[in-house]
Amino acid sequence: MLMIDDSKPIFMQIAELIENGIVDGSMAEESQVPSTNEFAAFHRINPATAAKGVNLLVDSGILYKRRGIGMFVATGARAQLVARRTEEFFEQYVKPLALEARKLGISTEQLNTMIERSSGLAPESGTDKERSAAL
Amino acid sequence: MNDTIVEARNLIKHYKDLNALDNVNLSLSANRIYGLLGRNGAGKTTLMSILTAQAFATSGEALVFGASAYENEAVLSRICFIRESQKYPDDFQPQHAFRSAALFYKNWDQAFADRLAEDFQLPIKRRIKKLSRGQLSAVGVIIGLASRAELTFFDEPYLGLDAVARQLFYDRLVEDYAEHPRTIILSSHLIDEVANLLEHVVVIDRGRIIMDADADDIRGSAVTVSGSAETVDAFLLGRKILHRETLGSLASVTVDESLGSRERAEAQELGLELSPVSLQQLVVRKTMAGVGSTGVGSDTGDFADDTLEARR
Repeated sequence: MLMIDDSKPIFMQIAELIENGIVDGSMAEESQVPSTNEFAAFHRINPATAAKGVNLLVDSGILYKRRGIGMFVATGARAQLVARRTEEFFEQYVKPLALEARKLGISTEQLNTMIERSSGLAPESGTDKERSAAL
Repeated sequence: MNDTIVEARNLIKHYKDLNALDNVNLSLSANRIYGLLGRNGAGKTTLMSILTAQAFATSGEALVFGASAYENEAVLSRICFIRESQKYPDDFQPQHAFRSAALFYKNWDQAFADRLAEDFQLPIKRRIKKLSRGQLSAVGVIIGLASRAELTFFDEPYLGLDAVARQLFYDRLVEDYAEHPRTIILSSHLIDEVANLLEHVVVIDRGRIIMDADADDIRGSAVTVSGSAETVDAFLLGRKILHRETLGSLASVTVDESLGSRERAEAQELGLELSPVSLQQLVVRKTMAGVGSTGVGSDTGDFADDTLEARR
């Protein structure tokens, strides 16, 4: 179940949730996303905040508006998000991983072995998938 | 959409030797949900009473929809004020209260009121005097929602409502607000419960407004850093410290500042833990800041259960 937390503005968390759904394929390109009021009711947040999150994605071309119908995932949205997240991957995941490994005295070699071992795990087990399950 | 509908200028309210409001300036825009937060006796009810012309300011000016609400039918009919302990005529039943509200509020939605009465399992034909505390609160909540007044004040509307009923209130509020945008001022102690509903937050402390900001700007505006006391203090040197707790050689310090990604990385390398500060924690810290030392083991705990009177 998704939890809105206090670490950053809610509208950014809503945007990330939608992004997660697009990246893991549960929100297909050219499919309709829930309305801002539906997001607000589901997550029990202010509708204006939900709208702000959705608009963030409209501005960056991830979603587009069809007048009188609603919001849709743009073609090419997934590729765009994957490219951006790949760039962020090092800072967000690799660096903290290396830091923690150093704290625990895990050698680079051991770390590499662990990464190799983990790549045998099912791709669905990523945290992104869990986070977006709520969508 | 963002036009101002409430404007308070230099509001002062004295009660004998108490400064209930100490030069309050505030403006509220149309179609937003505001949180009016603060401790018991901070001045929340006084402020709302003055804005709705149920009390007079000692000095200053309060304009609602561009005019004073006092004996101004055109303004008053657009305002709904649900008090914590609303009084009703002795022989009234909830259905009578609803009928009176229907006469007064032009946007009144009887079908919505009926639905809410069912949701809250309110016996609408029982005399209000005989209702439980929670049922009495439900009457107020239903009137506040179904009136769909352009400007609706809920002053701690949930006394005696259990967690389920409060959730019901929040859910119906969000749903109905989405369909019928209007300005809602929600005064509450249960900050964690309402935090996500609020678009803008006003915190009042001892008659002064100490915070007036968009909820999104507040989120992440403070951070708690914990780790060895020495490292924490060195890292936070020169920063605005809201609160400090120690346990042996460990310290947990809340600063009223956000950290950039480089500072976060630095903290991580130093082995420091960063944790977000909830709106409730932040309000507790800020409203305690003036009280002086907070003592060991102070906690955000139950905000409602405070000891304000000891301060006066």
